[in-house]
Amino acid sequence: MTPVAAQARGFPVLDVARVRADFPILRRQARGRPLVYLDNAATTQKPQVVIDAITRYYTEYNANVHRGVHELSEIASEAYENARRKVSAFFNASHERQIVFTRNATESINLVAHAFGRTHVGAGDEVLISAMEHHSNIVPWQLLCEERGARLRVAPIDDRGELMLDEFEALVGERTKLVSVTHMSNALGTINPVEDIIRIAHRRGVPVLLDGSQAAYHMPVDVQALDCDFYAATGHKLYGPTGMGILYGKETHLESMPPFLGGGDMISSVTFEKSTWNTLPHKFEAGTPDISGAIALGVAIDYIQSIGLSQIAEHEQALLAYGTDALAAVDGLRMIGTARHKASILSFVLDGVHPHDIGTIVDREGVAVRTGHHCAQPVMHRFGVPATARASLAMYNTRDEIDALVRALGRVREVFH
Amino acid sequence: MSELSDLYQEVILDHNRRPRNFRVLAEATHQAEGYNPLCGDRLELFLTVDGGVITDVGFQGSGCAISKASASLMTDCLKGCPVADACTLFERFHRMVTTPPDVAVEDLGKLSAFAGVRAFPMRVKCASLAWHTLKAALNKAQKATTE
Repeated sequence: MTPVAAQARGFPVLDVARVRADFPILRRQARGRPLVYLDNAATTQKPQVVIDAITRYYTEYNANVHRGVHELSEIASEAYENARRKVSAFFNASHERQIVFTRNATESINLVAHAFGRTHVGAGDEVLISAMEHHSNIVPWQLLCEERGARLRVAPIDDRGELMLDEFEALVGERTKLVSVTHMSNALGTINPVEDIIRIAHRRGVPVLLDGSQAAYHMPVDVQALDCDFYAATGHKLYGPTGMGILYGKETHLESMPPFLGGGDMISSVTFEKSTWNTLPHKFEAGTPDISGAIALGVAIDYIQSIGLSQIAEHEQALLAYGTDALAAVDGLRMIGTARHKASILSFVLDGVHPHDIGTIVDREGVAVRTGHHCAQPVMHRFGVPATARASLAMYNTRDEIDALVRALGRVREVFH
Repeated sequence: MSELSDLYQEVILDHNRRPRNFRVLAEATHQAEGYNPLCGDRLELFLTVDGGVITDVGFQGSGCAISKASASLMTDCLKGCPVADACTLFERFHRMVTTPPDVAVEDLGKLSAFAGVRAFPMRVKCASLAWHTLKAALNKAQKATTE
């Protein structure tokens, strides 16, 4: 791999113009206007180095991994495992054996629900989640609980969209076998007090899975310092390609879990009588993986590191504060999700205008926002709205883009006069 | 900007603000629930059919301006309409909103206001939700979705 261009720069504060220059898509227009991409919580755009990494893999060393003795396979295998080491370092796992590659965070959570859940959750047991979860951290547990005769418990949130920690604590009981909560809400932006959550759960011996889909690209995550048992994340929000998910698991858990999917690469030996499993993490990676995806994710992580997550967080927090004030000044706008500790999400409704109509009108101004329930229908119910419009920020967004959103909302008012 | 004003025509904005026949029919002979899982638009449609004619119609629900106005305008058109004609109207409306934007379409009177959605492929389902719900109600099905 050639070194990431930005790596050499090492700028102390985020230079947003230089960052933007690394993302070719930001130069395009949308609906004949400059693209204002504010749908980052759905997926982030990709820097040129990530796009190039995919092309380079297929152009120069495409081969299957962990199989051939030939040169190309050796290069591909090394690049694939090197990506795992980068991911491991990024989350400060103690060893890359603890990093399993999946398709997305949803699959990471499903892996735990199947392999850990089916081993440890039985009739009458409980799995505890929160009221702000994405469907991907609700449905796998519903399926598990239904199958095992277990019960899904839900810790409530308050009107700001913050987890009610006392209520959460009261719900961690004798029968609780797993706590699975989001590190950061995709619909509200709330950053959960994960240290407290983990401390409370561990005091009762209950393992904790954190859904880091939203958190991982906004703030540094240290799985050892957090002492979480599992951490799920997704590559395409880390400025990497779609099709790459990440699961961190403590080694003792991963060792004790049966495989998730069976097939090639996850075995040590196969006979028709019995098969034995490969070592970690390969036990959980059946079949040919997304090799170019993993390599490109590694490059995306290099890129993030070259900018610095702390710098990214600082830039995004300043932009969030600016956006929060700018939207507060919009007539008839109500923010959904006003947690004291939040990041990068501006979810809102406008009096008399359905979010879907907001989305269509601002789109005509070149502004891309998400409208709908954000795969978090229980959150919508909690706030008594059918849907929201959501602007979500990433490292390359600017104040000018927030201003463009506000202007586009003015256009919404003109249409719905 | 003309596409946007084609979509949000005054008649649509008016029916969104003041939906007609926005009520539950206690004595409905037919009813169905329509749901668009993509955006969460949801409506309940009530029909009273007497001797093969729709004598009364009402709806409830929540949704975007396009889906609400479409339901409102549809209910206006259906009162006093023979069931057979309502089925034909469903087909004609469906053909109108699914015809490519640059192709001429049949004049459907007030309903022609929805020809503007053709330039917004993501919104066609909003305009057709009420009509799918009508079809479900007439077929005595409980539910319609736009999927």
